[in-house]
Amino acid sequence: MAVISYREALNQAMREEMERDANVFVMGEEVGHYNGAYKVTQGMLQRFSERRIIDAPIAEMGFAGIGVGAAMVGLRPIIEFMTFNFSLVAIDQIVNNAAKIYQMSAGQFHIPIVFRGPGGPAVQVGSQHSQSLESFYAHVPGLKVVMPSTAADAKGLLKTAIRDDNPVVFIEGETLYNSTWEVPDGDVLIPIGKGDIKRAGSDITLVAWSKMVWTCLDAAKELAKDGIECEVVDPRTLRPLDVDLIVESVTKTGRCVIVEIGWPVAGFGAEVAYQVQKHCLDALDAPIERVTSEDVPMPYAKNLEDEVQPQVHDVVAAVKRALYLEA
Amino acid sequence: MAQILGLPKLSPTMEEGVLVKWTKKEGDKVAPGDLIAEVETDKANMDFNVEDEGVLLKLLVAEGATVKLGAPVAIIGKAGEDVTALVAQATGKPATAPKAEPKVEPKAEPKMDAPAAAAAPPAQNDAPAYNEAPNNSPPNNVVANKPPPANPGAKVLASPLAKSLAVELGVDLRTVTGSGPGGRIVERDVKAARGGAPAPAADVVPAADSEAEAPAADDGADTKSTMVLTTRSARQLVPDAGAGDYEDLPASNMRKRIAQRLTEAKRDIPHFYLQRPIDAAPLMGFRARLNELLGDRGKVSVNDLVIKAVALALRRVPECNASWEGDAIRRYHRVHVGVAVAIEDGLVTPVVRDADQKGIGAIAAEVRDLADRAKKRGLKGHEITGSTFTVSNLGMFGIERFTAILNPPEAGILAVGAVLDTPVVAGGQVVAGKRMTVSMSCDHRVIDGATGARWLIAFADLLEKPESLAL
Repeated sequence: MAVISYREALNQAMREEMERDANVFVMGEEVGHYNGAYKVTQGMLQRFSERRIIDAPIAEMGFAGIGVGAAMVGLRPIIEFMTFNFSLVAIDQIVNNAAKIYQMSAGQFHIPIVFRGPGGPAVQVGSQHSQSLESFYAHVPGLKVVMPSTAADAKGLLKTAIRDDNPVVFIEGETLYNSTWEVPDGDVLIPIGKGDIKRAGSDITLVAWSKMVWTCLDAAKELAKDGIECEVVDPRTLRPLDVDLIVESVTKTGRCVIVEIGWPVAGFGAEVAYQVQKHCLDALDAPIERVTSEDVPMPYAKNLEDEVQPQVHDVVAAVKRALYLEA
Repeated sequence: MAQILGLPKLSPTMEEGVLVKWTKKEGDKVAPGDLIAEVETDKANMDFNVEDEGVLLKLLVAEGATVKLGAPVAIIGKAGEDVTALVAQATGKPATAPKAEPKVEPKAEPKMDAPAAAAAPPAQNDAPAYNEAPNNSPPNNVVANKPPPANPGAKVLASPLAKSLAVELGVDLRTVTGSGPGGRIVERDVKAARGGAPAPAADVVPAADSEAEAPAADDGADTKSTMVLTTRSARQLVPDAGAGDYEDLPASNMRKRIAQRLTEAKRDIPHFYLQRPIDAAPLMGFRARLNELLGDRGKVSVNDLVIKAVALALRRVPECNASWEGDAIRRYHRVHVGVAVAIEDGLVTPVVRDADQKGIGAIAAEVRDLADRAKKRGLKGHEITGSTFTVSNLGMFGIERFTAILNPPEAGILAVGAVLDTPVVAGGQVVAGKRMTVSMSCDHRVIDGATGARWLIAFADLLEKPESLAL
């Protein structure tokens, strides 16, 4: 076990899978000579050559499509988007080709492709570069959507995603690259569709993924001072979703707060809330609470930017509402 | 004129159904033949099509509810008709006449374009809460702590957890003051009422489970008799400590129907049983050749050949393709073979129609499709009804022989055992052979012993010379 950064964990995952399988390659903007816009592919060009670490022009639609074609003929592409905001110009390739070809070809073509890159707001990069698009992709049958919160999850899940025979949208936390976590050594895989309890507690269930897991852990620490024990459930993958784990936790605690950094309307947390009320109705003592970003495009001003996103105090307030501690 | 729609008979044996899904909403126009709901009957999910034209004015049953045959499920009429009287009538005396006298107020209410659910006035007494007003508290706003509504006979406002906890702890919710928004009774209020202690102030949160385990010893039993019961409590399914010797698993609709129908069949039909071994060596050889010819285009099973042989044997001995009608024996002109298929929690008998006319390959493909869909509960009503004889095969489980209960109204069912390697006497020598034992259950009102035996001879003749199945 070594404590490493989220960035290093992703780098290890790709290196190990590329050593293991010569069909795996990486393509994206600045992934080679520049070592990646976020340095996730650091040193990989030297190790694997330009044949397998391919610098693409600024043309997401083009290189995402080349990736889908490569997957159709048996390669296992990792397509890096500099950020998932730019995946919007390639979304036709992801939604209409990657997610559909297996079905439309009646199973003749598997599409073993990973679309990866950072998502979610960073710091003062403006509304067009601060979006959380996981709910877009989680809506689409034919895609798997993975959102690791820790270095350990990032490594184990990226390895699984690369080996998966279906398209995986792998959204990394843009502000998590420097975060560290204990990562098991060697070839440890984490299955897609299995969530994780990041903190055990008996009073209330917090459901969150990616960066919001950290916000929830901070809120839980604060609430513990008042004797409130939060259970933080990290589904890790949104599609497929580990409903059983969430249901088990809410059945135990009777209260649920869902925290996501995306917008409120039709956000993925609404689906989680639906599953919770459906499966835990008799266990619920309070309405399910959601904490989301404000329903606006991200402002540029720092103070407003913080105000728009879910903060620790927002989670604490929602927990207290669900516990009837604040009228 | 508005009228009440009752739950129709959607399968020949249904007595109640679960309304799985409404496919039309209140306010939707419907024409004869339109699908308005899906209903789970004892065997399959069936389509509920309307026979009348009009507008669905009111849905009386929530999705998931179990409804007796003929009980009111909806009100249909002209747009804007007042259905108050009919709603009261439908909910006042359920499960009686499916189309009771419609009593309609002559004056029509102005119809709004807003969702019809909100437009219908609430019925008197306690009508099913299909259109219960949603909790209007905006989820992200702070909810003001209003006093409980001063309405003594009104519904108790309590969280689902508080309700199940009240049952568990024997607390009468009507005596509890709620501390939640709008006077909602929440977990802490029930625990406080049970413990006699005041509700905890805003600082301490009791752990969810520890206190709930406390034995209910000191309170008198009389509180239990008056407690407000919840309809379904997950906690009630957990057995009490000390009573863990068994658990009662609630029977599904299908299980109840199987229990009822098989009890009736075994009790009311005079069964008798005929058994004989069949030389299965030619059959196995024939099947192997067929599968070789088919290659990857499909596979024929022993059971597919048995179905074909049963169908042809019924043509040869039509006395067995019949049923008892009380004062007559009904002889069927067509041969429809039912095939018992085990599915989760029960079984279903899809029907291969006109099996005598179909090729072996066609039967094989059809049975595979029916069995696959049976396992997914995807069979339509017409696919599980109308068989004239049934085959039940447990050979794949290694069962050597067994007897089956008749599938009414059929007069015969064939129970098929496994093909076994066994020593047989041929030409005075003991040699290795293959045998399959079949057992025919007969309704003695229709089939006598000699008739059944003749049928089994025909069946054995066909299977032992399997090429004749292809003729």
